[in-house]
Amino acid sequence: MSATIRWVRHGGLSTLLLLLPLLLAFGYFGWYPIGRAVVMSFQETNLVTEPVWVGLDNFRSVLADPLFWTSVRNTAYFTVLALLFGYPIPLVLAVLMSEVRRYKGLFSALAYLPVVVPPVVAVLLWRVFYDASSSGVFNTILGWFGLGPFPWIQDASSAMPSLVLQATWSNAGATVIIYLAALTSVRTELYDAAEVDGAGVWGKIWNVTLPQLRGILLITLILQVIATFQIFTEPYLMTGGGPNNATTTVLLQIYDYAFRFGDYGAATALSLLLALFLAVMSAVYFRLTRSWSTT
Amino acid sequence: MRRIRIGVATAAVFAVTLMTACGSGDEPDDVSDAGDAGSSGDSGNGTDDGEAGGEPVTISVSNLPPSTESATREAFLARVEEFEEANPDITVEPKEYEWDVTTFAAQLAGGTLPTTFEFPFTDGKALIERGQLADITAEVEDLPYAAEFNPSVLDVAQDEAGNIYAVPSAAYGMGLHYNRALFEEAGLDPDQPPTSWDEVREYADAIAEETGQAGFAQMTQNNTGGWILTTLTYALGGRMEEGVGEDVTATLDNDGARRALGLLQSMRWEDDSMGDNFLYDWGTINQAFAAGQVGMYIGGSDVYNSLVTENGIDPDDYGLTVLPLEGDDAGVLGGGTIVGVRPDASEAERAAAVKWIDFYYMSKLTDEESAVADAEALAANDAPIGTPTLPVFDEEQLAKSDAWVADYVNVPLEQMMPFKENILSQPLVPEPPVKAQDLYAELDSVVQAVLTEEDADIDRLLTTANDNVSALLSR
Repeated sequence: MSATIRWVRHGGLSTLLLLLPLLLAFGYFGWYPIGRAVVMSFQETNLVTEPVWVGLDNFRSVLADPLFWTSVRNTAYFTVLALLFGYPIPLVLAVLMSEVRRYKGLFSALAYLPVVVPPVVAVLLWRVFYDASSSGVFNTILGWFGLGPFPWIQDASSAMPSLVLQATWSNAGATVIIYLAALTSVRTELYDAAEVDGAGVWGKIWNVTLPQLRGILLITLILQVIATFQIFTEPYLMTGGGPNNATTTVLLQIYDYAFRFGDYGAATALSLLLALFLAVMSAVYFRLTRSWSTT
Repeated sequence: MRRIRIGVATAAVFAVTLMTACGSGDEPDDVSDAGDAGSSGDSGNGTDDGEAGGEPVTISVSNLPPSTESATREAFLARVEEFEEANPDITVEPKEYEWDVTTFAAQLAGGTLPTTFEFPFTDGKALIERGQLADITAEVEDLPYAAEFNPSVLDVAQDEAGNIYAVPSAAYGMGLHYNRALFEEAGLDPDQPPTSWDEVREYADAIAEETGQAGFAQMTQNNTGGWILTTLTYALGGRMEEGVGEDVTATLDNDGARRALGLLQSMRWEDDSMGDNFLYDWGTINQAFAAGQVGMYIGGSDVYNSLVTENGIDPDDYGLTVLPLEGDDAGVLGGGTIVGVRPDASEAERAAAVKWIDFYYMSKLTDEESAVADAEALAANDAPIGTPTLPVFDEEQLAKSDAWVADYVNVPLEQMMPFKENILSQPLVPEPPVKAQDLYAELDSVVQAVLTEEDADIDRLLTTANDNVSALLSR
């Protein structure tokens, strides 16, 4: 009996057939476009006539673009701000909510509600809130306390923090739910033991909760970094990259190359650079944190 | 075992379905939005009608009005039928497609872009540079009025060698739009709009002071900041590029641009007459203006049409005048609509497309009957008629076509007379010839910096922008 027949007898063929739809779907809608993007990054194309191979020209022009480092800096700034504000907030909320005895469902729903609002609607809504005149929503509220009016997104220095505030509001709920689920898996006897050892609330959080959540915390950290590096909707809809390129991010730059200037070569080249950077960063991150993970 | 067989069968069905779904992309374009226009399509098979007698050809055309605008839609479909009767070899499939720069290339590549489509002047050169338009020189030169186009208007549809890639169907000049109600509230005479940039500044200050609204506002986003700064620079005698062909050089740091930015800086920081929003683009500034939040702004003279149909402006509040021209070489930037053809259209499709352009777009300008029919359809839909335009051919032709539809005019023309009476005496200057959109994008951030940073150094900003654009031009 040949190896092929044995493979078929042992279910190899049916496994492959079962896998086929998945392979086709991913292949056609996922891997093929990625492959095309890699090819296009070495071409000059208008998507109609035969593309011209230009070697590394697209990469050179992307790296020589004066906006390249601006967008990299802005993206890194957004990521750092989002980590400072956006990373601890869901954890604090989740820990607090897990301590609440009543209305836990209500609090979960309230925390998750912003995630349900479609991102475009949320951003446009916040743009109205950020109206820089003294009659704007936020400025009116702050005015009651004698503060402001603040320029919000109309000023280069406050535009990015304003985007981070909105993005944190929008996305924190999803992470809260993940943490809440993870918190249920923390064994309660560990808290009892800590209590016997005389630990207070902070002691329990520091010595029991956080170490138990270590694995999930490491994963959400890298996921958040990857997601924030690809920030697009907020600057695109709220500021268009302004004022004076203060919120031009890498992904917005990619979008502009492709859809404002029709330069698909530059757009795919910058996409590839971003993907490579994120892949390398993730690999290094997992290597460095391997020993900390609980799994 | 039975479970495995079911699994295999299911997998096979999935796989086949998916492959069929993927394969459907090769089918001819779906023209489901063509409405009942295809009803006369059968006539395309007849070839013996005194026409050239070529092979039957099918083209799709853009800007079929949506069903919500029933009168203009029916008028459009009636024109399609008329065209097909006159040209039995040609079948026309109307599509509701409207120009959108962000989806254009994808639709072109995906085969969903109509054979002919309208787009604004400002994108003409970029599309030609990228090879995304068909060369229709031969077909256009066969038209009886080919030699009569206003040269500065036709220029937007030509490459450096003079080949023609599209047909201009409407032209406008940039103007100063103002809110008559805010003028009155500020104690200004709405029939005496400003005639110098000093007066614009003065009026803006008065409006901001008296009404609390922005006296003057400026577009700054999505290349519109650069577009309007270029307009203002031209009006003050400057140019953003000099030279022709390979020798085009960037001249962003010219005196006109410096004066233009200086004016904005003064209004923003000394007078505080520009309001609180400095992130406007074309759509949002129109919204703000129609809502009575803006006293004056610069835009194309045809904007009134959009202010009425999309923003519900009160016609009584609207005023339009020419931009004050100051300086030796001052001029007004022009704009408008051109109609082009897909670059992958066959020879027969190109010929049919130009026939359609001639029949549908150009006859409104050259033939009384078509002009009146078009005006009637627009009037039935309460669409604006009579907004001032610039001549696609010459002034005489424009005066003639204006007279044909005079009875149908439904816009407050009196309030636009300061523009209409003076625009033809203003020299029309085309957009920067090379990489205009990149240049505008670069200037967006310059304008934004001046409006959001109190100590913005105009000279430094212009020098940096000029270096960046020079680097782009030398590539």
